[in-house]
Amino acid sequence: MSEKFKVTIDNIVIEVDPGTTILNAARMIGGDIVPPAMCYYTKLQGSGGKCRTCLVKVSQGSEKDPRPMPKLVASCRTTVMDGMVVQNITSPEVIEARKGVVEILLINHPLDCPVCDQAGECHLQDLSFEHGAEQTRYEFKRRTFERIDIGDKIQLHMNRCILCYRCVFTADQITNERVHGVLNRGDASEISTYITKAVDNDFSGNMIDVCPVGALTDKTFRFKNRVWFTKPVDAHCECDKCSGKVTLWYKGEDVIRVTGRKDQYGEVQDFICNTCRFDKKKTSDWTIEKPTEIDPRSVISANHYEMEHMLPVIDKKIM
Amino acid sequence: MAQKILLKDIDVPGIETFDVFRKQGGYSAVEKVLKTMSPEDVVEEVKKSGLRGRGGAGFPTGMKWSFLAKPEGVPRYLVCNADESEPGTFKDRYLMTKLPHVLIEGMIVASYALGANTSYIYVRGEMMPQIRILEKAIAEAKAAGFLGENILGSGYDLEIYVQPGGGAYICGEETALLESLEGKRGNPRIKPPFPAIAGLYGCPTVVNNVESIAATSWIVLNGGDEYAKIGIGRSTGTKLISASGNINKPGVYEIELGLPVEEFIYSDEYCGGIANGKRLKAVVAGGSSVPILPANLILRTVNGEPRLMSYESLADGGFASGTMLGSGGFIVMDEDACIVRNTWNFSRFYHHESCGQCSPCREGTGWMEKILHRIEYGHGKMSDIDLLWDVQRKIEGNTICPLGDAAAWPVASAIRHFRDEFEWHVNEPKAAMEGNYGLAHYADPLPVPAAPSELVK
Repeated sequence: MSEKFKVTIDNIVIEVDPGTTILNAARMIGGDIVPPAMCYYTKLQGSGGKCRTCLVKVSQGSEKDPRPMPKLVASCRTTVMDGMVVQNITSPEVIEARKGVVEILLINHPLDCPVCDQAGECHLQDLSFEHGAEQTRYEFKRRTFERIDIGDKIQLHMNRCILCYRCVFTADQITNERVHGVLNRGDASEISTYITKAVDNDFSGNMIDVCPVGALTDKTFRFKNRVWFTKPVDAHCECDKCSGKVTLWYKGEDVIRVTGRKDQYGEVQDFICNTCRFDKKKTSDWTIEKPTEIDPRSVISANHYEMEHMLPVIDKKIM
Repeated sequence: MAQKILLKDIDVPGIETFDVFRKQGGYSAVEKVLKTMSPEDVVEEVKKSGLRGRGGAGFPTGMKWSFLAKPEGVPRYLVCNADESEPGTFKDRYLMTKLPHVLIEGMIVASYALGANTSYIYVRGEMMPQIRILEKAIAEAKAAGFLGENILGSGYDLEIYVQPGGGAYICGEETALLESLEGKRGNPRIKPPFPAIAGLYGCPTVVNNVESIAATSWIVLNGGDEYAKIGIGRSTGTKLISASGNINKPGVYEIELGLPVEEFIYSDEYCGGIANGKRLKAVVAGGSSVPILPANLILRTVNGEPRLMSYESLADGGFASGTMLGSGGFIVMDEDACIVRNTWNFSRFYHHESCGQCSPCREGTGWMEKILHRIEYGHGKMSDIDLLWDVQRKIEGNTICPLGDAAAWPVASAIRHFRDEFEWHVNEPKAAMEGNYGLAHYADPLPVPAAPSELVK
């Protein structure tokens, strides 16, 4: 379709194709006006709308019908109309609502970042740093779940889960059989397998990549290191199951973790298979491309891996 | 005596059987529409009647029907929402138990109007007896030729199926109901698309409340204009009200919309006044999710006009001093009722019934319940009341489906109108555990009715 819709997001005008969501239109503009998204995932059909962090105000519905929308809308699931005017960070109402959602997401979160493998690349950490309050007003016992084992590759920490349903969609859409899902209702809902069956198939590892928090982590990387001490490097290999394009996370000379390549919104570019993720942990398995581009503000980039001299800790000559 | 439409034959013995119902003139609406009316005519009649959805939202039924997409070659569905689970509402259960054929007749009329050849009645799982009654009624209607293929030789086919739900409140939300009907987890869908475009199995679907569907057969028989004459303003027709609480005569009443609230509570024809000679303290006028109102505001609006049982009059004053007709669950509380305990109880219900899909409702309802529990049991702090207000504000309007709003409104209205009672619970925890706050300044503006003689002794 040649016709384009004109949308104004926080006073910035952009023309997008019909059918684009407000969130994706905002991502085309980029910068601070992009609403945070915890549950939406571009590659997963049907995702989004659940976490409510991407709420925005539509102050003008469209050119034809300029009435504002009565409630804040989830930008990830609302498609743009021609002449739509959206307010994100320019609306105090949105900021207030988002702050509320972040507080509510954190009331039952264990906040165990110091022992969580996701720390450093956790979206909930970023979200609470950017939009959260310093202190919670929640004074009750936090909700906990019985720990269950979902297999030898993936560690499930239900207490950290924010129920974004991304892993459910992943299992539905890129693996041949989904054996896990959401059980129970309300704040007792939990991610679980059917009678604690193991999640085991060729693409199950992608559940780890799509998880925005530390609820699903890599068992082969468990407690090995903090992500900000590791160096991400783009690499590829010949793989008959997937594209083979991955990010290798080095600690010294050892590959300690393999993940899919993620873009600036934390979404993987290509899903990778479990063989690439869990079994190829030697540099010789891979063709190295280049250091992964990391946002300079990220804690991971604080590692300064672009330095000419290696850091003393990992310099074999000194050791 | 007010006009009865749905319940007019309620006292006829054996009305739940097909033969008696037919003798009383039942199924003549089906004969009329199939023989003399086109589907468009039926929709037009319902539009003219001004019938509004009886499930709670009050959306005009005819309008909803006319929005139904009609693509070629795609089946359309009518789904009857009988997942009645709002605390304080029990009108649909009563109607289905006593008059199952009124619903089946309405289903046939509505299905014909929408061009649906398969229709479903989604009944709440706990209502097993009603499910059996409906299945029996469907079998009887089918045996008499009012269901199945080529009904009354008109060439119109219709099958009605009864589907028991799992007993979840959330499945009364129309998109969650459709998910559940499809055999999935009953999570509300994100709208748009609305069911009128993509509903059951992705096909255009209309979801209507039991009472709305039941009313359609009278409308096509007597004409939409005739129905519109009953009631007041845009609130046309009659409404079933489930009256419960501290009243002399709890039960299901069919009222003409526009009846004064005062008359409804105190007249012997309806609730018969407050039980045991007590005084009125507060009323939840339309099921647990609508704002609670103190006695002075439920009987009169802020402008001093008498409040009527109608969509507009009950909503007069907005959320600041009004409420909603909702699904018609009329809960009356006398001077001995504790508003904090009541609010906690409602809150506990919403906490239990939240589907857990979106974060504000999943976490926020539990938070509200815990704070209210703390206040009720004498461990509250003054800051808790403001915190509660803030939490409900963060939930309201920020969720996928209206359950978040439904959980927030009772809390908001209780704090708005009964803040002093909350403060008393915080300040006097011991007294609050032992006694009751009483009426305070929401004094019943009516003179105390004489206590029934047997209680005076």
